[in-house]
Amino acid sequence: MSTAPLVPEHELPDTHYLNATYGSGRSIRAWLLTTDHKRIALLYLASVTVFFFIGGIFATMIRIHLLTPGGALVSPETYNKLFTMHGVAMIFFFLIPSIPAILGNFLIPIMIGAKDLAFPKINLLSWYIYLIGGCFVLYSFGTGGLDTGWTFYTPLSSIYSNSAVTPAVIGIFINGFSSILTGLNFIVTIHTMRAPGMTWFRLPLFVWAHYATSLVMILGTPVVAITLLLAGLERMFHLGFFNPSMGGDPILFQHLFWFYSHPAVYIMILPAMGVVSEIIPTFARKPIFGYSFIAASSIAIAVIGFFVWAHHMFVTGESTYAALAFSFLSYLVAIPSAIKVFNWTATLYKGSISWDPPMIYALGFIGLFTIGGLTGLSLACLGLDIHVHDTYFVVAHFHYIMVGGAVMGYVGGLHFWWPKITGRLYPKALSRFAAIVLFIGFNLTFFPQFILGYLGMPRRYHSYPPEFQVLNVLSTAGASILAVGYLLPMLYLFWSMRYGKVAGPNPWPATGLEWKTDSPPPTENFHVTPVVDWEPYDYRNRPDLGLAAGGPLAPAHGDD
Amino acid sequence: MSEHSEHIVSPIVYMVIFFALIAGTTVTVLAAFQNFGQFNIVIALGIATAKATLVVLYFMHARYSPRRTQLVIVCAVFWLAIMLALTLSDYQTRQQHLSRIVPPAALYRA
Ligand code: HEM
Ligand SMILES: [Cu+2]
Repeated sequence: MSTAPLVPEHELPDTHYLNATYGSGRSIRAWLLTTDHKRIALLYLASVTVFFFIGGIFATMIRIHLLTPGGALVSPETYNKLFTMHGVAMIFFFLIPSIPAILGNFLIPIMIGAKDLAFPKINLLSWYIYLIGGCFVLYSFGTGGLDTGWTFYTPLSSIYSNSAVTPAVIGIFINGFSSILTGLNFIVTIHTMRAPGMTWFRLPLFVWAHYATSLVMILGTPVVAITLLLAGLERMFHLGFFNPSMGGDPILFQHLFWFYSHPAVYIMILPAMGVVSEIIPTFARKPIFGYSFIAASSIAIAVIGFFVWAHHMFVTGESTYAALAFSFLSYLVAIPSAIKVFNWTATLYKGSISWDPPMIYALGFIGLFTIGGLTGLSLACLGLDIHVHDTYFVVAHFHYIMVGGAVMGYVGGLHFWWPKITGRLYPKALSRFAAIVLFIGFNLTFFPQFILGYLGMPRRYHSYPPEFQVLNVLSTAGASILAVGYLLPMLYLFWSMRYGKVAGPNPWPATGLEWKTDSPPPTENFHVTPVVDWEPYDYRNRPDLGLAAGGPLAPAHGDD
Repeated sequence: MSEHSEHIVSPIVYMVIFFALIAGTTVTVLAAFQNFGQFNIVIALGIATAKATLVVLYFMHARYSPRRTQLVIVCAVFWLAIMLALTLSDYQTRQQHLSRIVPPAALYRA
């Protein structure tokens, strides 16, 4: 490897996982039957992107509809279906699998110096399970749609709804097993397959974050799967689980649903936090501040995340005492999240910061996640929540975290590891521009929704009083900018797979093990099993990266 | 991974556990015919838990498993306890109001 900061021209390795001719080679069949975690990651990338598109189309229709107070596009019944199908597609089939199943799948074995995940066939199986679950849900979308809200509250979902609830809950039930198997695979892999010298406290923080995510996947997903199945059984066979007239309790459904679905929000955000923890030190050219605190806070979030679920039920008739306890516990979960934000900020302090595209996404993440997290605290406050519950304030809160946080992390992570995945670079100026478009479009879409909600505009209504129109139009305008911000990366990333400049093994350069192997990596990830004898993120003491020790550290790459 | 150490359990142990489970079932059925008031559910669940514990310990070999497996089981049970306890924190207190603790009359008296 060269020691010059300017990376010379590179060439792609002769054989790598994309063109390797094991099994039946490069045929479609070889891809569909592959057990290579890297190829499976790309299978996920393709299918998750399809769901992102589907969810995106629903979102676009929602925003167009809300341009006028009376509703501009669809009937009230269709409007209910739009926001439901938007939520189901985005949460269960895009956001939950996005970072873990794509980036996690691709990177975890390489980051710990392993040849594959512990159970490669189960890994492939989880992709097929995901597809089968997805087909059920698409079937429900296509035959009558779904109008219960992504939360499937009973008794609407189990008795009254006339839409295709049954195939949807079956699809989500099936899809749950995909998550569980992925989580299981990650945990066993991280425990048993680390390369020599890769101790627990040398693991990249991305791996710690995925370990915590996997715990939540394994412990939480079975609960939501069974709960939705119970709602489905009540619908199909009139068994009384949640229906009061048959001795059931509708609020029990909410307890069980949120017991998973609050932790599930951490399934979405923890991996993104892992991505940010990798990007920030790389482009600040400094060791990460407070490594062990960031690692431990991931675990703390996963654990405490299970104690807070009933903050979604403050106004649905739960007892005052329970509400008090859950409010207090919800404040607790903000502590580990804040620890991360403070540590990232401290890492930036006096760093030698360069504005590469992944870094712009990471910085965007920190700001937007902080806004989302702090408004979460407002919602966890009992008195305030009575005012803003089920208004656009809640919608803005979770979009700041899930879109501004998790999706930013996902797109930023794609940009960071794209040269590793494909071996090629994308146009840098264009991608900086796209990141900024995304940031502006996002804020324009969702900030007005905080105000709308505070002024009292309820969520999930197909019409609104005329005085809310200005803010709604602003939000729709922002959404169209946001759409450009997503389409641009899709286009140039796709373009770069063929025409991008060849990246070389370590284009940024960064310290992780994944940057020590070819881009794209060989099928077995490393030509020789690596031995780790360095500390993580040690940007000060890595002469092999071409960074001067001590002194001011130059951003070490050429320009576009 | 082939580090499984198969522990050989004598058939006698299995028989003893089996009869213990049968006995548990019998007691459950008998208890169901008595009315213990509030304790009906406590007794039924108590016996069921004891039986489940025997199954996990002996039939599922948790007793002879490595420490790490045992730790996983304990954590899972603890996690289930969280779910039950916090859910019950709602159900057990739903009928009560803060005014029961501080009776409204007491507020007005002073
Ligand atoms: C700092 C920690 C957080 C706190 C204290 C918090 C608090 C809350 C509260 C109290 C609500 C209920 C509001 C209501 O319905 O009246 C809520 C809703 C929501 N939060 Fe958060 N939140 C936090 C982090 C997150 C994260 C990290 C995510 C996602 C990645 C998230 C996603 C959501 C979603 C999706 C909803 C709405 C669910 C629905 O009703 O459809 N939250 N949050
Ligand atoms: Cu929550």
